[in-house]
Amino acid sequence: MTTNPSTQPNARSSMLPESDVVIQTENVSIYYGSFQAVRNVFLDIPKNRVVAFIGPSGCGKSTLLRCYNRLNDLIPGARVEGKITYQGVDLYDPKVDPVEVRRRVGMVFQKANPFPKSIYENIAFGARVNGYKGDMDELVERSLRGSALWDEVKDKLKQSGLSLSGGQQQRLCIARAIAIEPEVILMDEPCSALDPISTLRVEDLIHELKQQFTIIIVTHNMQQASRVADYTAFFNAEAGDGGSRFGYLVEYDRTENIFNSPKQQSTQDYVSGRFG
Amino acid sequence: MTSLTTAQQETLIESSSKFSGVRLTDRIFYWLTVILAIGIGLVLIWITYSLLSIAIPAIASFGLGFLASSTWNPVQDVYGAFPQIYGTILSSFIALLFAIPLGVGVAIFLSENFLPRKILTPIAFTVELLAAIPSVVYGMWGIFIFIPAILPLLKWVNNAFGWVPIFSTSPSTRQLFAASLVLAIMILPTIIAISRDTMISIPPQLRQGAYGLGATRWETITKVLVPAGLSGIIGSIMLALGRALGETMALAMLVGNSNRINISWFAPASTISALIANQFGEASGLQKSALFYEALVLMLLTLAVNVLAEFIVGRFQQVE
Ligand SMILES: Nc1ncnc2c1ncn2[C@@H]1O[C@H](COP(=O)(O)OP(=O)(O)O)[C@@H](O)[C@H]1O
Ligand SMILES: [Mg+2]
Repeated sequence: MTTNPSTQPNARSSMLPESDVVIQTENVSIYYGSFQAVRNVFLDIPKNRVVAFIGPSGCGKSTLLRCYNRLNDLIPGARVEGKITYQGVDLYDPKVDPVEVRRRVGMVFQKANPFPKSIYENIAFGARVNGYKGDMDELVERSLRGSALWDEVKDKLKQSGLSLSGGQQQRLCIARAIAIEPEVILMDEPCSALDPISTLRVEDLIHELKQQFTIIIVTHNMQQASRVADYTAFFNAEAGDGGSRFGYLVEYDRTENIFNSPKQQSTQDYVSGRFG
Repeated sequence: MTSLTTAQQETLIESSSKFSGVRLTDRIFYWLTVILAIGIGLVLIWITYSLLSIAIPAIASFGLGFLASSTWNPVQDVYGAFPQIYGTILSSFIALLFAIPLGVGVAIFLSENFLPRKILTPIAFTVELLAAIPSVVYGMWGIFIFIPAILPLLKWVNNAFGWVPIFSTSPSTRQLFAASLVLAIMILPTIIAISRDTMISIPPQLRQGAYGLGATRWETITKVLVPAGLSGIIGSIMLALGRALGETMALAMLVGNSNRINISWFAPASTISALIANQFGEASGLQKSALFYEALVLMLLTLAVNVLAEFIVGRFQQVE
């Protein structure tokens, strides 16, 4: 049986043995209009670690992720309750500029979405809008090396980003994200459209990127979570009073604990594939 | 392949005979479409052929010099189309000058969630209604309301900037510039509707990608969305240009039908379609032939624009 979150309203699963916390999620609920998609989440993201969000579809993983760079602002009717702080600053303070937030919290999407521009321009775009004044050629090369794409594209930087394969496109999008030198990178199922080899390359990349960046990755792939993540948060969805399903955080712990000795039965069921 | 038993074959044949009524209507429909398609092609050929056959005397008399001559003298039977070609192209150009920024701007405004949906839908609907107003109504509105309303402004422009050749004459009540402004309003809906559809059909992932990199709304629109939708926007402009080149009634009423080229935009002018509308009634002989020659020129002009538009829009859809 799944645990009912309402019986333990202060399940502060956010407590971590880490001192350096980048993002704090305090009692956050997220609504689309009157529909509550995510309920009462407490979750701290430690610096320079990889945190995986896992859980069945529709439990609000993407919804929560999009709050960390305020991309939910683009969705009419989306609303956040509770408090999300980034380096101690309340992200939803009216004085906070969402554009500035997105410059520090980059994002890689589920479906690779390079701009219909050249490979070079795909990377230069973000840097330019961020007022980058340095050597653009150097930045493009560094970013492409950072995303392990340089050797494959160094001779065709002027070609359209859309001419690359799916896996290359996704690494181009990662290069584009790291080019603006964010502190946090959000990845929403970055490998779900990739073949196994491309997926492994992206995973290797994540291992390297964590030296510099804090990464939150949503994944449906259990092995991927156990391979790349230091911490794992398991979300689930449950029918509320009105019958509509809301998502909530079930358990958040070191990845090995989530996979080997979870505290909640529903986590155990999910990670062992005995779910639903 | 396993072969069917006789019984199975029979049921197959039976079932096909059961549906033979459907098959027959399918066949009729197919042939009807083929005949109509061929028929439309034939009509096009027929029109071109008749235009050409009537225009031939004028083509023989004036040759290509017709395109560059400014004489239109029914008494001496000497004709040239230069003022009309000039007026047609210039009026379309001025109309685009105003309609492109306004139309593309409105299209972006209507596609990028600047407004709540409740206000957006009626505005978008109103814009499309603009396209449904008959051009003679635009003409009347131009004569009785629009031109009198903007004339003071044009007078001021003439006073202040009269040293600029295109503003150098005192604004006439029938003139190229005011007529072109009405033309701009007439072609706006084309630009807005198609550009807006283009902008809406841009995958939302591109928008999110740009915002996700810390681009402002302005940067997202100008550096990502407009370039991504450029072919569609250009296509909308070409279609609007096609309409502007061929527009007849409003221009015949507003442009002044002067057969002289005046460098000033505030002076009366003429266009090909306005000339034809004004003169075909009493024309005969070589004059009629010259009018058909003008019509041929206009047709080629709009054909070129439309083919270009098809090409660009088609290329855009391929990219999608
Ligand atoms: N733009 C949206 N508008 C309305 N409801 C949405 C929107 N995006 C997601 N939802 C709803 O919010 C819930 C959580 O969705 P999502 O965050 O995409 O889940 P996950 O990423 O875990 O699969 C779902 O019930 C989904 O239908
Ligand atoms: Mg999702």
